Amino acid sequence: MSANLRPSGAPAGGKDDPALVEWPLFEVFVRAKAGLDHKHCGSLHAADAKMAVQLAREVYTRRQEGTSLWVVKSSDITASDPGDKDMYFDPMEDKVYRHPSFYALPDAVDHM
Amino acid sequence: MTRTLAAPATSAPVTAPVNALVPAPTKAPTTTSIQLDRKPQVQYVLRIADTCLVHAQRLSEWCGHGPALEEDIALTNMALDLVGQARTLLSHAGHLEGQGHDEDQLAYLRDERDYFNLTLAEQPMRRSSGHVQGGDFADTVLRNFLLATWFKGLWTALQSSSDAMLAAIAGKAIKESRYHLQHSGDWVVRLGDGSLESARRMVAALDRAWPFTAEFFASDAVDEAAARDGLGPTRSSLQSAWLAQVQAVLAEAGLEPPATTPFLSTGTQGRHSEHLGYLLAEMQSLPRQHPQGRW
Repeated sequence: MSANLRPSGAPAGGKDDPALVEWPLFEVFVRAKAGLDHKHCGSLHAADAKMAVQLAREVYTRRQEGTSLWVVKSSDITASDPGDKDMYFDPMEDKVYRHPSFYALPDAVDHM
Repeated sequence: MTRTLAAPATSAPVTAPVNALVPAPTKAPTTTSIQLDRKPQVQYVLRIADTCLVHAQRLSEWCGHGPALEEDIALTNMALDLVGQARTLLSHAGHLEGQGHDEDQLAYLRDERDYFNLTLAEQPMRRSSGHVQGGDFADTVLRNFLLATWFKGLWTALQSSSDAMLAAIAGKAIKESRYHLQHSGDWVVRLGDGSLESARRMVAALDRAWPFTAEFFASDAVDEAAARDGLGPTRSSLQSAWLAQVQAVLAEAGLEPPATTPFLSTGTQGRHSEHLGYLLAEMQSLPRQHPQGRW
């Protein structure tokens, strides 16, 4: 019996031992049914994107929640800085005219 | 068994017969084993059902012990898929047997000799047991892979069974087995082509499991009768496709199939390794102690 052993180059038990490195985090997006958007529903750990899709299926679609899955490495998401929250979002507070609430709608338009 | 009532507190004569005060027992609960009619088509279906059930029981031992939360859920989900398959197959076997046995009676009230699962499914999977080495995650993913490949071939053939119920069960189960195969096959490649340690463990797991695969294809009179009636394929007819698929994944994993040995396990004949008795004891003790219990 022989196996083609491919050394990972890392000593067992060392800090670079792949068995001891925690899997990276992935964000999971589920589409509930055709025509709807993929919605962010949580995150999970997986060794790579392929495994992340499988585990997302196990963890987030056990109760028929989905028909399609996206995963993306959490580290690949660039987020706005919470420290910029006031600068980014507060100026919109007093600009109610950006809501379409000041237009007279024709009677023919029922739902707006 | 007799039941006695405490004497009435008053000295008034008891007019009603004592027996009238005791609730009449409903049908007496039984913990004894059922007598199985081993006709060939029943045995054919039970071999599949029992392999599903015993494999599920072993996989469920990982519940709460998986190497990662997500994988723990994955293993348990697969166990539940297999329990679902076993349930419909056991119900159908009871129907074919024609003695009124339901899925619970067939699962919980059959002795070891009336179980017909592939012997590989009953081997320790998560922990070593007694003198049997291994029982780690490599054994788990490898066994899941070898069995899922076998099931996929079997369900494919059973979809054209002359038995409409069996064909319907196969049509549903094949989707589940395809997923089990993808999940376990990916792990075989990951571990086989991973670190020195993971590859060493996969080689050891393969050495342990491989001798049991001969039974996957050891056709006998039960298989021949099933093929003749159009009930389902003989086991030997599944071999070449199985071997080709398994070899492709093993090659990707940098592993080689071990040499064939003369060993032939006999679980499908009802003659098991020493491990099934313990597994059944754990699985059956509760329903046997609390017959007709509900929870």
